[in-house]
Amino acid sequence: MNRIDERTVDCIAVGAAVLGSGGGGDPYIGKLMARQAVRENGPVRLMTVEEVPDDELVIPSAMMGAPAVMLEKFPNGSEPELAFRALERHLDRRAYGVIPIEAGGLNSCIPIYTAARLGLPLIDADGMGRAFPELQMVTFSVAGIPSTPMVLCDEKGNLMILETVTNEWSEVLARTATVAMGLSSMLSLYCVEGRSLKQCAVRGTLSLAAEIGKGILHSNRSEEDPVDSVLRVTRGVRLVTGKIVDVARDLTTGFVRGRVRIEGLDEDQGAVFELDFQNENLVARRDGRPAALTPDLITVLDRETAVPITTEGLRYGQRVVVVGMPCDPFWRTEAGLEHVGPRYFGYDLDYTPVEALAGGRES
Amino acid sequence: MTYRLGIDVGGTNTDAVILDGYGGVRAKCKEPTTEDVSTGINLAVQRVLREASVHPSSIGDAMLGTTHATNAIIERRGLSRVGVLRLASPSGHAVPPFLEWPADMLEAVGNDFRIVRGGYEYNGSVISAPDRDEIRRCLEDLRRQGAEALAVSCVFSPVNREQEARVHELAAECLGPGFPVTLSSEIGSIGLVERENAAILNAAIRTLAERAYGAFEHVLEAHGIQADLFITQNDGTLMSIDYAKRYPVLTVASGPTNSLRGAAHLSGIQEGVVVDVGGTTTDVGILKSGFPRESASSVEMGGVRTNFRMPDLIAVGLGGGSVVDLSGDTPRVGPRSVGYRLPVESRVFGGDTLTATDVAVAAGRLALGDPSRVRDLDPEAVSGAMRVIRSMIEEAVDRMKTSSGDVPVIVVGGGSVLVPDDLQGASEVVKPEHYEVANAMGAAIAQVSGGVDGVFDVAAKGREQVLHEVKEAARAEAVRAGAAQETVAIVEVEEIPLAYLPSNAVRFRVKAAGDLRRTS
Repeated sequence: MNRIDERTVDCIAVGAAVLGSGGGGDPYIGKLMARQAVRENGPVRLMTVEEVPDDELVIPSAMMGAPAVMLEKFPNGSEPELAFRALERHLDRRAYGVIPIEAGGLNSCIPIYTAARLGLPLIDADGMGRAFPELQMVTFSVAGIPSTPMVLCDEKGNLMILETVTNEWSEVLARTATVAMGLSSMLSLYCVEGRSLKQCAVRGTLSLAAEIGKGILHSNRSEEDPVDSVLRVTRGVRLVTGKIVDVARDLTTGFVRGRVRIEGLDEDQGAVFELDFQNENLVARRDGRPAALTPDLITVLDRETAVPITTEGLRYGQRVVVVGMPCDPFWRTEAGLEHVGPRYFGYDLDYTPVEALAGGRES
Repeated sequence: MTYRLGIDVGGTNTDAVILDGYGGVRAKCKEPTTEDVSTGINLAVQRVLREASVHPSSIGDAMLGTTHATNAIIERRGLSRVGVLRLASPSGHAVPPFLEWPADMLEAVGNDFRIVRGGYEYNGSVISAPDRDEIRRCLEDLRRQGAEALAVSCVFSPVNREQEARVHELAAECLGPGFPVTLSSEIGSIGLVERENAAILNAAIRTLAERAYGAFEHVLEAHGIQADLFITQNDGTLMSIDYAKRYPVLTVASGPTNSLRGAAHLSGIQEGVVVDVGGTTTDVGILKSGFPRESASSVEMGGVRTNFRMPDLIAVGLGGGSVVDLSGDTPRVGPRSVGYRLPVESRVFGGDTLTATDVAVAAGRLALGDPSRVRDLDPEAVSGAMRVIRSMIEEAVDRMKTSSGDVPVIVVGGGSVLVPDDLQGASEVVKPEHYEVANAMGAAIAQVSGGVDGVFDVAAKGREQVLHEVKEAARAEAVRAGAAQETVAIVEVEEIPLAYLPSNAVRFRVKAAGDLRRTS
């Protein structure tokens, strides 16, 4: 894939929700923005990480805040460019291209919008390969790339340039500013040269999202079952086919945190399946034993259509397939697991790759 | 004694019931729906009055449920040109109004909008202060471009309606008090695209609705009925006919809602699953405190994304007219149906098509038509088909339930005989008397409601206190809408946590409802 047109945007939005691992926010508004920008400015040129010259700079474009707020308060439309150009000015360098920082959820679509409006190429990669809740949970961060200088701006034209001592500080300060900006802001951060990008980027995630989405949206034109197509494209594992029998949400913390119970159907008749989430799905257990663990991707799909269901959309009675998909190898390193492994989220569990857990079950 | 008249205008039939002061059925009837709608209403009113033998002057309230507005939107018929004013700037420009509307819909209502200064943040603080001169200028512009009606939207207006209300006043000043204005906060909840779209659709059908409801008034007048007139809305509660003329879009889903509400009343059950079996489809919905649970996802109406307050329903391709195929290993039922041709095409009525009704006759579940015409069917295959029907209903019931415990199941609609007397997941299966006119019953017994929907910061006052205040506000809304204070109760509380929020913001949706306040 070397360009993104309007139809590709639709596919990416659906595929990005699969890569969201239950979180990342509804890409709906981002999709509308990206479609419109592509309609007005023409298709966006997509470029591989390898095509970026070593000494050229690329800048990620992203939204921070509550995706639900964006369903009501839409951006002005100038923010992503404003943030991008302000960072260029601050660095006194022109950027070579735009890159997503988070391929899962809403933030897959914002960079398409930014690249279309700026007339710059978009890099087919990101810093997560999925969605994560915090700004420092990025491969770039693990590789030692600072998130700052970073620019935040809101729809009113307020703009902040942030310089911090750690990426964790960036998370705290940017989050606080975002709340004051009305729970949503647009960011440019983690600017990176081609040389470093090649060390830490999660490659091919936009084309992956597009392929996942194509399999789901165009399943009526294909012989393949849409769930099978998701599994094939992501090299994922079918963790369970079943029915949601309980959704318990803990509302006291203000986060979407909870546990879903699923009873097996069909070939999984008799299986008891549990899924813990906190914005994203984190830990899946089958008959009490781990079936998939963060940072591997765990996504709940509608059993018939394979349309992904976010943690906010889980309900009793839904017929679902839960899929586990291997995360980028970068996250499986010791440093990666320290940032986003089970222990980071408070689970006393050692990480084992989803494909190994699945193999153990079958043998 | 004063009586209530309930009328439901469906696609096929116009049903009418007259209820006595205790909610008992005095008379009921079914007449075919007519092209002009009012002829059908006229015939139904005439017949039900005669059968009830009550004097027209003793009808105190008359309630109408109709799909007239729905059909106008789907068929793009008789729509007005709409100008849109959105209070949002500097936000909101990235996703303008009318984005992704179907071309034929844009042709009917136009594509004229202005995004002006205004709007609120999630917590009610102002994005930017509205500018009266800018608003006036835009309103006059929109009218010059040919707008026949105005739709006003505002960021987070479900949290604060003031800015929209101010535009309403300005519009009355500069476009004249008669110019039709629709405020988005009166119609939808959180989700600006969907709420604004609903407001635009409402603006587009106002003129048409005024005419239709006017015709209803004339029919009743002609029969000497001098009752207070009400229209039922999507959530199963009432609007005065004057309010309905201004907000007709709130009636688009009243059909299924009325049957759910009717089922609750006829069975006396407030919490349970309702199975409404028609000729072609079966609608399965769920009652919470006697009201339908509302759908959480967006509903498309005529190709336009909206967030109307629609009952959460599962439609299954199963009805009295469903075509049955017994030739394979497992019998197949539906989704194809002979529909209204059932009395001609089904076997027991002399036709050649095997329908679900025929199978029910063969299985001995009902006596209808000529049973000898289904005697040749293999009894094994017949019970197989009945098992398929059972499992279709059981699966739909199970999908609607909110927890794994057994719940009461209420069965209504003309095809009720298809439903077995016991179902997996059901604590009991209830088939109430007058089940066939549940829709008109639902209209006749409808209450008045009010609601609050918004994102609230619970950090300062605490969740309990905030929820208490939201409930009080919902009660006040119900009273404002015409409910008798002492009867108002909270019927729905929904708490929706918002992802990725560091502050303790929670979205509450609370609804209160009560009996109609007597004016005399």
